[in-house]
Amino acid sequence: MAEVIRHTWQVLADDYSTAGEASASLKKVLKQLGFAADIIRRVSIAMYEGEINMVIHANGGTASAEISEDRITITLADSGPGIPDVGLAMKEGYSTASDRARSLGFGAGMGLPNIKRCSDDLKIETEVGVGTTLTITILA
Amino acid sequence: MKLAKVKELLNAKVCTDMDYENVEVFSACGSDLMSHVLAYFKDRGLLLTGLNNPQVVRTAEMMDILCIVMVRGKEPEPEVVKLANEKGLVVMKTDCTLFTACGLLYTEGLRGGGY
Repeated sequence: MAEVIRHTWQVLADDYSTAGEASASLKKVLKQLGFAADIIRRVSIAMYEGEINMVIHANGGTASAEISEDRITITLADSGPGIPDVGLAMKEGYSTASDRARSLGFGAGMGLPNIKRCSDDLKIETEVGVGTTLTITILA
Repeated sequence: MKLAKVKELLNAKVCTDMDYENVEVFSACGSDLMSHVLAYFKDRGLLLTGLNNPQVVRTAEMMDILCIVMVRGKEPEPEVVKLANEKGLVVMKTDCTLFTACGLLYTEGLRGGGY
């Protein structure tokens, strides 16, 4: 793969029926490009958790992926409420998810820790009242 | 374990259209928390859950899960069946509780695929 491949998806707020379509789309692209199963799995989990977070917490946003031979970089940008305490949000079991999200099997406080576990690098830029951008890098 | 055997052991009903009898699973996971499935399930296999919404199918797709068994007599929403058919996933339903369903499959040799 000589060039960098870029994809962008819009993630809709509170739309639990389509949440995950961006992640499924990225997974399909990576399979077609022949990435190893373990890499595809880590990207899929990180992207899906991030996408669900955007639906649950952040009024939706934009998900994008840059794919090159040696790495996949996912950027998840929203204009949601921001994260007041990143350290707390990174703690397994801590969650501010709604009852609706919990009824669907999310809100267990595993989202950001799962993303961290699957990534080689995770950058969180957040400002309360402005929004959050996650930059997830997974080396191939 | 072949899905035909899973169906027999759990006295389950198959809700999706694709052939399932000879599909083989090598591990299973029982959970109502999709984030835990994403965190702890490692192998392609079978998911047993009491949830019946489309995010179960989305989670299964991310994890290369081949079959979802809905326990406690949960009827999958039509949207779930439609999405599962599109994704090539098998969905079954059983009246067993999650604990009993896991126990029946474990007794017959199916093991957990998590950490």
